[in-house]
Order: sequence, then structure tokens, then C-alpha cells
Amino acid sequence: MLSPQEPPKRKLRVATTSLSGCFGCHMSLLDLDENLLALVDLVEFDRSPITDIKHCGPCDIGIIEGGVCNSENVHVLREFRENCRTLIALGACAVNGGLPTLRNGLDVREVLREAYFEQPGAVCNTIPNDVELPLLLDKVHPINEVVRVDYFIPGCPPSRDAIFKFLTDLIAGRTPRLDYPQMRFD
Amino acid sequence: MNTENTFIIDGSPIPFEPGQTVLEAALKADVFIPHLCYFPGLRPNGNCKLCTISINGKHSSACTTLARPGSEIENNTPALNDKRRLMLQMLFVEGNHFCPGCEKSGNCQLQALAYELEMMTPHFNHFFPNRKVDASHPEAFLDMNRCITCGLCVQASRDVDKKNIFILSGRGMASHVVINSPSGNLGDSDFSMSDKAASVCPVGAILPKHRGYSVPIGKRLYDGVPISSQTEFLKTRKA
Repeated sequence: MLSPQEPPKRKLRVATTSLSGCFGCHMSLLDLDENLLALVDLVEFDRSPITDIKHCGPCDIGIIEGGVCNSENVHVLREFRENCRTLIALGACAVNGGLPTLRNGLDVREVLREAYFEQPGAVCNTIPNDVELPLLLDKVHPINEVVRVDYFIPGCPPSRDAIFKFLTDLIAGRTPRLDYPQMRFD
Repeated sequence: MNTENTFIIDGSPIPFEPGQTVLEAALKADVFIPHLCYFPGLRPNGNCKLCTISINGKHSSACTTLARPGSEIENNTPALNDKRRLMLQMLFVEGNHFCPGCEKSGNCQLQALAYELEMMTPHFNHFFPNRKVDASHPEAFLDMNRCITCGLCVQASRDVDKKNIFILSGRGMASHVVINSPSGNLGDSDFSMSDKAASVCPVGAILPKHRGYSVPIGKRLYDGVPISSQTEFLKTRKA
């Protein structure tokens, strides 16, 4: 089992979010199991799917899962960058766009038409355009193409060991570094 | 050891036979120099530049430089590995490399080198190019999204298979692999999975059909052992 590092004097404040991701990276975070208890001794959570806080306040660490595919993703990502001293891209989609970027070779209008008109069983004959719905960007981007990013943890998803090693390194003030078995792009 | 036919890599003496390149001699002595477009038995062409070394203070490709007695070579240094990582990052953003959705993942030399050189991010803005996927052949599919134009399939098809199926077309940024068949599709060529060209691709651009993810995660070539510790495998591949 991984051992927790010596706790810092005050708990670090951490915010997490999933942009254009599948929540797999957050699942991997929850997969820390008993190490979550070690982590909770070191940090407290701000905005996160775990806390349901809606907006990010001043934080020490921001963790972003998923790439940027729509206007809401851009706003959330900028809010994180403004509020977090250290921003981490977690997982393949945040690091290089991931599988959502498979649509980048296609025209957005054609993608929407295919989904809402031409799929067998498509029942609506209009492309949803409610003002509440964020607009799609013409391409899906990794987050470092929109804001400055301090650290990257690759993997689809990164393993719990990779996440724990990286975060505990960072919190203890060491340069975060993954061991070979933790370094994965898939 | 014949001291006349010896050069130094990172302080260690490496023996060589006259006519050997630096990369060949280093691999034979189990010293790893990162490389993508070198394959034993095929003529080295210095395409990928991953094997860039510093030889007596000058940068050069280890795969095309003949070993000379007494050369002082730097290989595994932070400065050279920084340059190599930069080249890898450029290769990653120029194509569409979606490792989680690629059957070559875990056995891919590009990915293995990215692990070896700790490439945490492709860093540069992605090109997201529109490239062709050719599924016309009954045994193999060709996914140009992953092609790094190393030229190994071109050489193997020309020099070993004597079929000239793969050809590099265009120049500079526009260079890409084309198929020498009436329609330009692999299915219209006499390509076969038993060709040497079918097995030299360092990435997942040429893959067999009907196989899928045949080896479980954890048991693939580069899952447990870094490519730098697999010189035995790298040097015993046969063209």
C-alpha cells in the first residue's frame, strides 16, 4: 500500500471538474479506496462532483478531466485557471483531447444533423437550440490549447496509483514524477 | 577487446566492426539509443531523427553515422533527451494518435519512446489533420492518422518484398504514404500480411484485421519493461 506523506501545516484546497470527459478519471480518483482517507487528511475539496459546489473559489490545486468541446467548458476552465494556483490536466482527454476529438475531422453541422435527423430512431426533427444549452465548438481541444496548464497526468484513465503518486508528490513539495508502470496513454 | 575498433558512449567503451553504424554497434552492446525509423536489415535513412546523438560535440543521427575509433559520443543526456522529447511531441500533434482506441497500444514504438522519455503532454497545438483510413484489403487495414512517415514500409516493400506497394509522396509537411495500385487502395495491390512491409510499422498505421486487442493490458510488449531495456528484442528483429 502507498503510504501517505507527512501532512502540510494547513489542508490544501482542491477543486475538480469534468469537462468533455466520461467521468472515468473521477472514477479512478474514487478508486483510491483507503488512500482517499490519507488524501482527505491532506486536502479539502472546493468545487467538485464530490461536493456539488457550483463555482470554484480560490484553490491551491485544480484538477481538470476532459477536453474542451463547448462554450460552457471554456467558461469553467477559465474559472479554474483564475482561481487555482496549480492546474492539472487529468487523463487523455484533458491532455490531448482524447476520443471526443474524433469529431474534429467532421463538420459540426453534419455531426448534429447525423445525430438528430439521420440516425435510425431519431425522433426530433430539429437540432436542439435552447438558450440553456452550451454551443458546441467547431473542434474539441485539449485544455492546454485554451489556458496555461501546470501539470499533466496521462492515461485513459490514469491509474489510482498514478493519481496518488502525482498528488502526494505535489503536496509534499517534490517534483511530481510517475514510475514506469504508472506512465500510460491508454 | 580490440581497442582500435572502439568508441565511447556516455563514458563507456563500445566495440564495433568496421562498416557498422553507431546505432548498430550500440544496440549490439545493449546500449539503447532511441529510434523509430531504424530496422535491422533495412538501409538506415535518418528520417525520424530520434537517434540524434552528440558525436565529438556535433549532432548527428546514430543510424546513419559510421562508427569510428575513438569517437566521444553523448547519448543518454538530459539535453539530448529534451530534444528527442520535443521531436516526439511534434510527431504526436502532427497526426491523430488516440492511444486508448488503437490496437497497437502497448506494442507501439512511438508510445514506448514517449513513456521512456517521460512525455507527459504533446505540448503543441494539435493539427487534427484529416487523413485516410483504407479498409479495402481483406487482411489488413491502413490508418494514415497514425502514420509518422518513417518510410519503413516503403523500404521493406521495395527492398525485401520486391513489390513497391508503399511510396512516399509529397514534400516536407505534405509528405505522406500512398499506395501503388490503380485505385490507390491497398485492396487493389498484391499486398499480403506475410509481406515484410506488414510487420515493420513502428506505430499502428498498418494493422492486421480480425485480431483486435488480442493481448490483455499488462502483458503487452512495453507494459512492464521499458523499451530501453529491450535491446535484445530490438536488435534481433529481422528484415
